[in-house]
Amino acid sequence: MDMNEKDIILRVEGLKVYFYTASGVNKAVDGVSFTLKKGSTMGIVGESGSGKSVTSSSVMRLMQAKSQKIVDGSITFEDIDLLKLSQRELLKFRGDECCMIFQNPMTSLDPVFKIGYQMVEMIQEHQNISKKEAWNRAVEALKLVGIPEAEKRMEAYPHELSGGMCQRVIIAMAVCGDPKLIIADEPTTALDVTVQAQVLELLRGLQKKLDTAILLITHNLGVVWDMCDTVMVMYAGNTVEYADTKTLYKEPMHPYTWGLLDSMPKLSSTSKEELTTIPGTPPDLRLTGRCCNFYNRCPYVTDKCRESVPPLVEVEPGHFVACHRQNGAEHLVRGEVNRHGE
Amino acid sequence: MIKMILKRFLQTIPTLFIVVTITFCLTRMLPGDPAVAILGIEAKQEDIEAMRAKMNLDKSLPEQYQLYISGLVKGDFGYSYSYRQDVFGLIASRIPNTLSLTLVALIFAFLIGTTVGIVAAIKQNTLFDYVFMLLALVGVSMPIFWMALMLVLQFSVKMHLLPVMGMGDWSKGFGDVVSHMILPGFCLATIPMATFARTTRSSMIETLSSDYIRCLRARGIREWKVIMIHGLKNALPPLVTVLGLQIASTFTGAIITEGIFSWPGMGTMINTAINNRDYSLIQGTVLFSAIMFVFCNMLVDIAYLLLNPKVKEV
Repeated sequence: MDMNEKDIILRVEGLKVYFYTASGVNKAVDGVSFTLKKGSTMGIVGESGSGKSVTSSSVMRLMQAKSQKIVDGSITFEDIDLLKLSQRELLKFRGDECCMIFQNPMTSLDPVFKIGYQMVEMIQEHQNISKKEAWNRAVEALKLVGIPEAEKRMEAYPHELSGGMCQRVIIAMAVCGDPKLIIADEPTTALDVTVQAQVLELLRGLQKKLDTAILLITHNLGVVWDMCDTVMVMYAGNTVEYADTKTLYKEPMHPYTWGLLDSMPKLSSTSKEELTTIPGTPPDLRLTGRCCNFYNRCPYVTDKCRESVPPLVEVEPGHFVACHRQNGAEHLVRGEVNRHGE
Repeated sequence: MIKMILKRFLQTIPTLFIVVTITFCLTRMLPGDPAVAILGIEAKQEDIEAMRAKMNLDKSLPEQYQLYISGLVKGDFGYSYSYRQDVFGLIASRIPNTLSLTLVALIFAFLIGTTVGIVAAIKQNTLFDYVFMLLALVGVSMPIFWMALMLVLQFSVKMHLLPVMGMGDWSKGFGDVVSHMILPGFCLATIPMATFARTTRSSMIETLSSDYIRCLRARGIREWKVIMIHGLKNALPPLVTVLGLQIASTFTGAIITEGIFSWPGMGTMINTAINNRDYSLIQGTVLFSAIMFVFCNMLVDIAYLLLNPKVKEV
């Protein structure tokens, strides 16, 4: 194992998560691979239903129903195979080595217990210390995330705090155990814009202080640009493009990524211009896996795209793309052909 | 908190006043003459007249009503002519018997019902869930009087395991008391138990699928804590509502069960009172049941206050 390997904290390979429903098998995640370096931040972007949240909850082995199963692949944290952990080892891993921050802070805390109770409960679950020590540690953590009057807040119920405050409390809980990895599943989506910036700033500060790796799930490309070292773009349960952030913004290669970037509102544009959208809808996840999942919305579609699944190819060092038209000798140029039918 | 309890307490007064008025009207509508019921059909006319005068029945209805209410305000529940006792003392002497039966039944119903409900919620859509929810459905739907008779037939008459009727005597030992309590207690517990099981199950399923439960699991909290501390406390409010209603309705529902098993409680007394047209006693027992209902509802409201931090003041 060279130094490079040692730096890697999380390695996901060929992950497949299927939902077994009455009407068929939904391939929510269908063969996703990525690696996350210690202390770095990776973003997963994609539209709703692209499998980004399922990927992240799979790392915690946090399935919402029994019908959701990890059917293939491996998830390695440092050198532990997470898929082979026993229930007891899993509890130790969750909340201690790896913490998760969810989308809606207002519903992420148990409404009938005080903040202090919930924090102490979590700390005592992972650390063998007295209630008083746990209480002090919780107060410290609340101060660390910038909550004023931390002692007073310990006695508050979740509904007495604002959304941003709740998210801070949840982040405080996450950092209590000194985690090596924080998974943030759309941590700012439910918050208003000014608070969003504060929460992201807080996460970034903590990352520097604690040298934690962050897996950030979002559909906000601006957030990715601010926060992430690498980005994975997901579409219909698959990785379509994976590169470091700068490369992805400067030289995006997958037509879907182009579409995403074009859909971003620009400050320079006049207000009368309509936002660009990607026409069409994502495919039915029961039917994916036979061709390129994006073929029906792609302006550059060829017959090959309708016939076979494009593999994820490293087109340049560290830049992976899953597109038939990008993995040959000749690369597709953005805007090269008109939309089909036009 | 205290202000809210006081407010809630004052609100009960109009409710009870309406109950008193309605019972007064209903008893007066019962066919038959109370004086005749007490003295017998062969009694002489002047004796009956004298009795009616003694019972204030010769006065007009508004006057009777006024006498009754002013008595109540002074704490006088009236006099029971069929038992030849003060109504208040009579009720007080019967309450312990009814309370012991209903409380034992309710405690067992609550413990078993909620346990089954919790397990069914965790094991949703398994064989356990289906079997016990079917049993609960049967339990809610079964007529008590029929089930009581079938149980007596099977366990007392055919198998000679348990006594047919009556209440146990402490002087004959603990076993005697328990064996007398099993059948009536079981009959009384069936409906509440089934109701608790179904309510607990649905409330638990809803709670366990919420965001914060998922977050607790993500924080590495042990599963039993997630379910028994966080799940249960959040699932309690609907259960408390049902519990409050069940306490009151079990207490009054004991009328049928006590009648079948000749349990010397409030239920048998109400039966006697109605048969004898004992106006004061009917009014007294109904008023008492109403107080029970109102009191239980008040307890439920207070329990809400303790369980849900969002209901601070209403």
